[in-house]
Amino acid sequence: MKVVWVILATAAAVALQTTLDRWIPLGTVDLVLIVVVYFALTSGRVTGMLTGTFAGLVQDALSGAVIGMAGLSKTVVGFAAGVVGTQFIVAHSFSRFVVFMLASLVDQLIFRGLYEGLGLRHFGWSYAQLAGHALGNAVLGVLLFKLTELLPGAVERRRHARGLRR
Amino acid sequence: MAILDLRLRAGYLFLAVVVGHLVLISAQVNGRTGVPLLETATFGVFSEVQRGASSVLNGVAGAWNGYVALRGVRAENESLRRQLADAQLQIQQQRALVDRTRSLESLLQLQSGVDLQTTAAQIIGSAASPDFRTVTIDKGSADGITTDMAVLAPNGVVGRVVVAGRRTSRVQLLVDRNAAAGAIVERSRAQGVVVGAGEDRLHLEYVSDVSDVAVGDILVTSGIDGIYPKGFIIGTVDAVEKNGVAYRTISIRPAINFSSLEDVLIVRTPTPAQQLEPEKPE
Repeated sequence: MKVVWVILATAAAVALQTTLDRWIPLGTVDLVLIVVVYFALTSGRVTGMLTGTFAGLVQDALSGAVIGMAGLSKTVVGFAAGVVGTQFIVAHSFSRFVVFMLASLVDQLIFRGLYEGLGLRHFGWSYAQLAGHALGNAVLGVLLFKLTELLPGAVERRRHARGLRR
Repeated sequence: MAILDLRLRAGYLFLAVVVGHLVLISAQVNGRTGVPLLETATFGVFSEVQRGASSVLNGVAGAWNGYVALRGVRAENESLRRQLADAQLQIQQQRALVDRTRSLESLLQLQSGVDLQTTAAQIIGSAASPDFRTVTIDKGSADGITTDMAVLAPNGVVGRVVVAGRRTSRVQLLVDRNAAAGAIVERSRAQGVVVGAGEDRLHLEYVSDVSDVAVGDILVTSGIDGIYPKGFIIGTVDAVEKNGVAYRTISIRPAINFSSLEDVLIVRTPTPAQQLEPEKPE
């Protein structure tokens, strides 16, 4: 069941990433990374790693990049976030925010580092850009957590309210 | 069954996935040499394996050849010595043949490179008197040779045909005292006439006093004599000596070593001056 969720969430993230940008300026926010970190924090390192592998490869395939670049970076991020999720308590929004920030930076470091190191592309390392990217991912990631935590309760409360009215 | 539980082997799985990604990336990315990194890395690893295996096998083979397989070496040594002596003798014979072939090859190359109709000839004799610097060639009027045809060699100008017999001809060498050729200094374009000095030496005469001629300058035929085609090397200025106020002796070292000449080319294409000459009545 979890695999289905991973596939659906990844597909949704990729679809949103590739379509939403036309209407909402996402900037350098990486929805796929947010999904990977989310599953890593909620399900552990193996799920995080496999989600990262799958999502990264899909992202590579759809972006015309060298297959495996995003796959590798997101695998590492998923595994590391999973380790953090199991070793530390990351139930608080601030701790999640920090994890998302660090995950974004690590992802960028590996992804860009590989491209730069292999001489395939020059990105131009802008600290402001990296910080903005990490900040955007962290904010959206925390919001995603809030949404998923609030959503089941809200549904439950709504059902409960309907029952009282009857 | 614990080994199948990936959760317990998360570290190994992570490592495997990372390596898988690296392999995947390496297969797509070319290295500095244009070869995929995967291929380069694989070759690098396996070449070291090959090197190790080869050194081990070489060691074994060396031990075998150095100690075990030495029986019969003495007889083989004697046999090889005899073969070497025979080979050295053959080398002496082949070397003479090679020299001959090289000479002919250079002659043929000149023949193909020159935009002139030429006939190759072999020198079969020289002048009977040492005062005359002539040679006899094995081509004559039967081969289309006529008098005043220029004779060349791969290195430069040899001379001209002075007597055309039916099957042989006599060639006056450029170093003969009666020989002369229009010449031009390649560097400064100064013109003059090269005349033979009898020995293996030439002189450049009729050169203007203000002409720029220096030691080391290369002289080529000017073509104004109507015999020699333009642009062929005559020799190099060996010395420039001033004799009096307006007189210079310019010594030329010929490009040809006349004493070792064996094969020559006779130019059958008439020069522009020869083409303008009225045909002699038979």
